[in-house]
Amino acid sequence: MNQENNYKLTIGIECHVQLKTKTKLFSGALNVDDQEIPNKDINHIDFGLPGALPVLNSNAIYLASRAAFALNSKPQRFSKFDRKHYFYPDLPMGYQITQYDQPIIIGGYVQFISNNKLVKINITRAHLEADAGKSIHPGNKDYSLVDLNRSGTPLLEIVSEPDIKSALQARQYAETLYLLMRYADVTNGNLYYGNMRFDVNISISRNKDLGQRVEIKNVNSFKSIERAINYEYKRQSKLLDTNQEVRQETRGWDDPKGCTYSLRSKENADDYRYMPDPDLPPILLDEAYIQDVKKSMPLMPDYWFYKLKDLGLDESIIYSLLEDGLDNDFKNLKFIVSLNKEEAKLITNYIVNIEIPLTHESNQKILNIEDRHKLYLSTYSLVSQNRINSTALKILIKDILMASSLPDIDSYIKSHNLAQNSNQDELLEVAINTIKNNPKVTKDILSGQDKAIQYLVGQVMKETKGQANPLIIQDIINQEIEKLKNVKN
Amino acid sequence: MSWPKIESIVESLSSGQTTATENVKVALSNIKKNSQYQTVISTLDKEALERAKLIDLDILNNKKVAKLAGVPFIAKDNFLVFGAPTTAASNILKGFHAPYQATAIDKLESEGAICVAKANMDAFAHGSSTENSDFFVTKNPYDLERVAGGSSGGSAASVALDIVPFSVGTDTGGSIRQPASFCNVVGFKPSYGMVSRSGVIAMGSSLDTIGTFSKNIADTRYVMSIISGRDPLDSTTLDDSFKIVNKHQKMTLSKIKIGIIKEYLADDLNPDVKKVILSAINKIKRMGLVVDEVSIPSIDLALSVYYVLCPAEVASNLSRYDGQRFGYSYLEASNLEDSYLKSRTIGFGDEAKTRIMIGSYVLSSGYYDAYYKKAQTVRTKLINDFNQVFKNYDFLIGPTVPDVAFKIGEKSSSKLEMYLNDIMTVAANLVGIPAISLPAGFVNNLPVGLQLMGQIGKDNQLLDFCQEIEENIC
Repeated sequence: MNQENNYKLTIGIECHVQLKTKTKLFSGALNVDDQEIPNKDINHIDFGLPGALPVLNSNAIYLASRAAFALNSKPQRFSKFDRKHYFYPDLPMGYQITQYDQPIIIGGYVQFISNNKLVKINITRAHLEADAGKSIHPGNKDYSLVDLNRSGTPLLEIVSEPDIKSALQARQYAETLYLLMRYADVTNGNLYYGNMRFDVNISISRNKDLGQRVEIKNVNSFKSIERAINYEYKRQSKLLDTNQEVRQETRGWDDPKGCTYSLRSKENADDYRYMPDPDLPPILLDEAYIQDVKKSMPLMPDYWFYKLKDLGLDESIIYSLLEDGLDNDFKNLKFIVSLNKEEAKLITNYIVNIEIPLTHESNQKILNIEDRHKLYLSTYSLVSQNRINSTALKILIKDILMASSLPDIDSYIKSHNLAQNSNQDELLEVAINTIKNNPKVTKDILSGQDKAIQYLVGQVMKETKGQANPLIIQDIINQEIEKLKNVKN
Repeated sequence: MSWPKIESIVESLSSGQTTATENVKVALSNIKKNSQYQTVISTLDKEALERAKLIDLDILNNKKVAKLAGVPFIAKDNFLVFGAPTTAASNILKGFHAPYQATAIDKLESEGAICVAKANMDAFAHGSSTENSDFFVTKNPYDLERVAGGSSGGSAASVALDIVPFSVGTDTGGSIRQPASFCNVVGFKPSYGMVSRSGVIAMGSSLDTIGTFSKNIADTRYVMSIISGRDPLDSTTLDDSFKIVNKHQKMTLSKIKIGIIKEYLADDLNPDVKKVILSAINKIKRMGLVVDEVSIPSIDLALSVYYVLCPAEVASNLSRYDGQRFGYSYLEASNLEDSYLKSRTIGFGDEAKTRIMIGSYVLSSGYYDAYYKKAQTVRTKLINDFNQVFKNYDFLIGPTVPDVAFKIGEKSSSKLEMYLNDIMTVAANLVGIPAISLPAGFVNNLPVGLQLMGQIGKDNQLLDFCQEIEENIC
């Protein structure tokens, strides 16, 4: 019997979001995450020199306040900073400045659809803190190095309740959090640079009681969250299956190897000797400030999600559009929700499959967004009037998106031979004959030499005296070749 | 020679009677002449003379004469100053050269003042006698066998010995007022936040204040008007509306009410000191104002509260001295933990270690509520009690220290006896109010200081009143 499914999984996630302030949380040094020269972006405060005092960056308070609304909460009128003491070379002052018992955000929730069900994960709290530097331990050397560029970077640590019930939910929670933070415009959200880092707390048990808690530190991608939890579930199940104890500990995640490993035992709780930081007055926010922040918030992903869902769009399409919204100031979303269901179905298809990939190609210029929307609307009428086939339409859209200005669609279709060809059957016959008459070329194509297709296209062009669009011809030939492949298999 | 008032020094400079170079030379030779008192840790001979030359050149070229042009001064060694090591009289910072400067020093220098030396102190300002200096003890200008007080003992003695016209120090629990009392000079601790703490080595961050030593109120005021004010580098500084101004506002003395702090006249006060204090108060009374005895019962708890909160902040603030980036480092360490342990064990003196241990204890889990939190609650009570008294009284008055300067070594066997020296000074730090020690007389040729306290942010009024006292009775 497979015992695995007998265990109840309970997960809570702490997410460190790096805020996109220009300078650090308590110093005027720049807050950048791609600085390659070690110890470049630091000053006497980040270095913890004698007499150096932290001075709060008010922009971090603004961004944390925005994050509060994104989490369906609001910033606290009163919060304060505390010192958390421990010795480590990348912690210059011997303490981290963080918020202990009165954080800037208390409560809130994050919700998303998982397996067709609405899942709501409650937020315990979120607090501001200064990041530590980086310790580097070169292999085969008897020394370690410290880079303080990251020292003092503003972080918002968002702590969830242990409401997450599966690895999939954990990943979706992280993805939703990412979208929320990006929509609130509080972080660059670059996971490669660790702009969002996740600590996953996981416990499994056979009954209602919570099992022993294990923390997996610094999981840095959505996919790894899911993988790490699945790995940890298996590891802990095996222990419990054989009546062994799960140790309370902190573990690391080895992404290439796909496994967790023990970092340190947590049996003796560290004593950080928290103390209010006397160098920093409490943060006092008045109601007017809080209301101003609230008014400045954009529509959040939840709003768009339900609007797009009402248009009958698939979830995968919706999530692509939600992310795309960040790249164009939500203009595509605003455009799509103004469409009817049929239009939306067709047009979102073009946006997701043609426009978005194009926008992600580097150096690719793209038609301005207003003209893009005009293009989509006029092509929709072409399709509804059956004036163009789907292949031709894709070609047309891609070509025009790459053009510098929007041409007259009708004349464009004419000049590029993209109109629905009444002699489509004739064209197909010519193509089939051409394939038959060139067995050697066909064989080459079937054996993987894709470029040989161009020869067949040329032959068909010749036969039809240039009346047909080469891309449509190529599409037809491709389809025929596919058929041959299937026959062969 | 004896230094005249600071404004006269600057006048002599602008009228060509003297030069900045001459002033600096006098100050440097004064240091040498008084070397037996061991007031300074390091001198800035070369830098000071270079700065003086530039100022003299400016005056020759008829440029505007700055407010402190060519006035030499001494800074306590916990101020970060360019051109000299900053050690806070500790071995762990021996040889540390500051890569940035304290705001207070910047402000003094930008008005043309010239730092000639760094004054001796108790290491990290922990103490009341400079006996905790890791280097040497500063001697009392009135008796070489006695202490000058502390922790700003070197700064106080330097002014008392007329080495320089003024000096700057820090006061966390009485470290300006107590040595001022022992050395017969004016020692002023302003309101918390009046002067930026940026670039001053922290002791207890919620208590640390920066102030001055001088011979008279006019000079105190003159220097304070330059160093006080809001600083973007210190978020705890007060708004500029509280800034100290260099202008004496005449007072209607009959409207002023003074409270003598009853608890400060109790049994532990040396009866001879009490006589001097009461006689000074009597003279003040004769100026025609109301003087009553007032009681602040919670004031008796101030010392206990101080010795919980201050060590907690000390332990935290001293964490950065870990031998990894600057200062003393034990280089033969076998691993990281060994490096931490040995660097700090060897680098810190006994008093710093005592306070780190007390501070870590009161902050540790399980003891936080019983000590740190309780002490914070009593601090709030103390603040409320003072506010209550200030509803009826403009100023509070009493002795600065229960006794005159003690003999070197006399109190080193008992920490508690040493700590009791702060009993009348710590309350002002806990409450954040301005307080000052004025020369009030002598007991067996040893100076006695009179302490006055004002309301928070009302430093100008306190100085106005002190000036009235100076004019009327001194």
